[in-house]
Amino acid sequence: MPLAPLPIIVPLTVAAVLIIAGKHLHRRILDSVAIATSATVVVLTIILTTQSAGGVIVYWFGDWLPLSPSHFPIGICLAIDPIGAALASLAAMLVLAAFTFSWSYFKSVGALYHVLMLVFLAAMCALSLTGDLFDMFVWLEVMTAAGVALCGYKSEQSQSLQGALNFAVINTIGAFLSLTGVALLYSATGTLNLAQAGRILATAHFSERFVTVAFLFVIAGFLVKSATFPFHFWLADAHAVAPTPVCILFSGIMVELGIYAVARIYWIVFAPGGQPSPETIRWVFLIMGSLTAVTGALYCFGQRHLKRMLAFSTISHVGLMLIGFALLNSRALGGMALYLAGHGLIKAGLFIAAGILLHRFGSMDEYDLGQSARHLAPIGFLMALGAWGLAGLPPFATFFGQLRIDQVGGEQHLWWLRAVTIFAEALTAGAVFRFTARVFFGFGHGKSMLTRGAPHLHTDVETSGQHSRVPAFMWAPMAVLILGAALIAVPLRGPADRFSKTFETASVYDAAVLNLKTPPAGPEPYQRPSPAHRASDWWIPLAVALVAFGSVWGALFPKSRESAFAEPVRAGLSKSLFVLRKFQSGRVGDYVAWFAFGIAAYGGMLLLLH
Amino acid sequence: MKRNWRILLFVAGAVGIAFLFAIAAGPLIHPRDIRNQYAAAINSATFAERNVTDTVSAVNFDFRGFDTLGEEFILLVSVLGSLVLLRMIEDRKGKVLRDALDEWRDVGPSDAIRLWILAMIAPKVAFGIYIVTHGQLTPGGGFQGGVILASAALILYLGEGFTVFRDVISHPATEIVEGAGALGFLFVGMLGWIWGRPYLTNVVPLGKAHELTSGGTIALISLATGLEVAAGFILLLYAFLQENLSPVEET
Amino acid sequence: METALTYAGYAAAVWLFLIGLYGVVKARHLVNLCLSLTVVQSSTYVLLTIIGFRPGLPAPIYTDGLLPGSAAVDPIVQALMLTDVVVEATVIALLLAIIIKVHRDARTADPDRVDMMRG
Repeated sequence: MPLAPLPIIVPLTVAAVLIIAGKHLHRRILDSVAIATSATVVVLTIILTTQSAGGVIVYWFGDWLPLSPSHFPIGICLAIDPIGAALASLAAMLVLAAFTFSWSYFKSVGALYHVLMLVFLAAMCALSLTGDLFDMFVWLEVMTAAGVALCGYKSEQSQSLQGALNFAVINTIGAFLSLTGVALLYSATGTLNLAQAGRILATAHFSERFVTVAFLFVIAGFLVKSATFPFHFWLADAHAVAPTPVCILFSGIMVELGIYAVARIYWIVFAPGGQPSPETIRWVFLIMGSLTAVTGALYCFGQRHLKRMLAFSTISHVGLMLIGFALLNSRALGGMALYLAGHGLIKAGLFIAAGILLHRFGSMDEYDLGQSARHLAPIGFLMALGAWGLAGLPPFATFFGQLRIDQVGGEQHLWWLRAVTIFAEALTAGAVFRFTARVFFGFGHGKSMLTRGAPHLHTDVETSGQHSRVPAFMWAPMAVLILGAALIAVPLRGPADRFSKTFETASVYDAAVLNLKTPPAGPEPYQRPSPAHRASDWWIPLAVALVAFGSVWGALFPKSRESAFAEPVRAGLSKSLFVLRKFQSGRVGDYVAWFAFGIAAYGGMLLLLH
Repeated sequence: MKRNWRILLFVAGAVGIAFLFAIAAGPLIHPRDIRNQYAAAINSATFAERNVTDTVSAVNFDFRGFDTLGEEFILLVSVLGSLVLLRMIEDRKGKVLRDALDEWRDVGPSDAIRLWILAMIAPKVAFGIYIVTHGQLTPGGGFQGGVILASAALILYLGEGFTVFRDVISHPATEIVEGAGALGFLFVGMLGWIWGRPYLTNVVPLGKAHELTSGGTIALISLATGLEVAAGFILLLYAFLQENLSPVEET
Repeated sequence: METALTYAGYAAAVWLFLIGLYGVVKARHLVNLCLSLTVVQSSTYVLLTIIGFRPGLPAPIYTDGLLPGSAAVDPIVQALMLTDVVVEATVIALLLAIIIKVHRDARTADPDRVDMMRG
């Protein structure tokens, strides 16, 4: 029996069963069932990844194969390629980690938590495996609905609801703009299937302006989901209030799936027709990614609440991944995939650390915690390792990913990208280093000036049971995740390079989905040629480490060393943070205004930049 | 951000978006033939392949049934999410919870209204069932009929108040019905697996056209969906209506 | 005639989208915000209807003498719209639940006053 629909159907069925029977089952049984289900999905998706390495696996629901002889698809298909299946397995692994972390201690209302998480898992798998545009919208909305419900889980706190409110409103608006885009595309091409839409756009020449606008509208919802600037404001609010297992999923995979969707839609639907022109895409997405990376990093360093800090760090790293996509090169895309995997695992581990701190000490504020976690040094060590990985330093997967992206950037003579990378990685890693050094190792006196103005949030404890010890099922997943991000790096390099090439080749995808005898002739997807000589970029991680160290030192010991160098830097960062904080107001009206402005601005850029 | 800045920012963006929409209207104003392919294919195939006359239901439950599965689960998740958020609290023993509207009820709706509402409940339920079961023949189906069924519960509340509503509609039973509806959809999809066909294949006998039993799995999925939607909306009503409850003052 | 209808419908969809967004931006009450969101969502219904319209053709329901298989209006967009409506209703339900709780806890329904997470 084909395995293709199982990663989606299995969690949905278990969730439906738990709705009926969950109230009468003991908590341990619920947890075991949930862990078993997510483990099953991990195995299934890994098998699918290896199977699809031999060719795109296509699965038509309802046995509605494309009509012959026109090869017109009338059903919905799953079109599984290795990167999509790998993302689905990453999602399943993170859900498994989340369920392990929440074993028996996490306060759960009946079986509702397990049901919501399983449906969330099914939606993430469906989004990465599907080959139909409207289907992507539907599962995006399932993710939003489940995410909002999970985000507002701790509804005793009114902060929690503000986070859920902002999340729901802005994501819904983005999703409906996406639906508008899909509808407009349908009004032109008459199809909802990714492959068929790509073929039609390539052969029936529509006006480039129309296709550009349709492109922007279709990806708008996914850009919002991936927290790209200026649609990123909701992510920090949602993370600050969501329970830890949920944060693991949000930052680890949900946001990244937005980037995946953008890349998939571009390469299969819009790249074959060459509209919008690749140069335009390149520039607009480079600007988008750089803005996201820089603002995320700035906000990140200026936070004192660990989860918010990590949320902004996610935004910054998403910007870097977007840059990886923008380079429109398969080596850069492979780098993006590696970076995504490494970042997802590390971020999940760091959120577990936040959950452990919340469980033990009831707080995640850097200054409230003070130096109370000094006896949990092993956890601090793991956190520091995680920050090492966020900085893109070897041997983590993020290092190899970032290296590829920087190399391709250098080949395309985009030297300023390195500055962006160094800035973003140094500040985000530096923030986590600063937190770890202060809380776990006792460094630092006084508050850093840069965190003035950061919200001082109180978080309710989300676990029951003994708060005086850290149980193994909390720190073990953290160790596995962070060490895993290092261990998978070297073996995954080759597959990442290979599979990203197939990801970008729409003709092979189309042939598989539409059951064509030979791949359709047509313009080959745009690829910037890579010269034979590769610049050596090993100095970049060193630069990142130095800048991170410098920033941490400056933040931990603010009164010392008021050198001519430190003061202007501090003043500059501080002023920019002051302005930026005005925008991150926590008010949903502001976020929607930024959404409108951002769409108009990117639309203008896409139409006018050539 | 000050409010005025926000509105200015928005208006600037809105003007740009309007401009983008104007550009995107091209294919709509000058349509080409290719945009009709999907519609033509479905319209010609539905009766021939599935013996149903309502194409929209066929698209929803057969051709694009996977989307409908996702949609069902959005409904499920939202209902559960609202239950979690509103944190339905069971009555504590010894505390009497009285509907805030019950005070209004003492001067309440007149007997004429109550009688009319009671008289309407049965026709509403019948109509709802009619819509659900005839989804494959005429416009209708699980979603539309389910909402009508839920509205029957709503007017019960309007006429009789929360206490009667709660006694008639059992909360645990409704949750089970909702889960059963979702499970039913999933299982009907799995029927195809028995014959080695993909998920959601229509393997049930297709029956004669223009009859209730036409459409095979379309009818079954419609039923399951109707159950789930009705139960889901009743649960939502339950959760929202009980927000009006307040403890009776100790006198 | 049909072109005028299409123009009008499209303009209506765009207007609904933008005025709904404006309502969300300037809302002073959370329920107002929610209803403005409903308006944004309705714009997609109008758009989908206009896209599915085919001049002179009947609805795709083959009863009462309409020959099965004959040309009709686009059923796909109608199915999409159905999904759309359900998605909208459920998201609004979730939002309203959130709003009720916010009002209960924060004692305010003004979105601009619910801003504990500045910065």
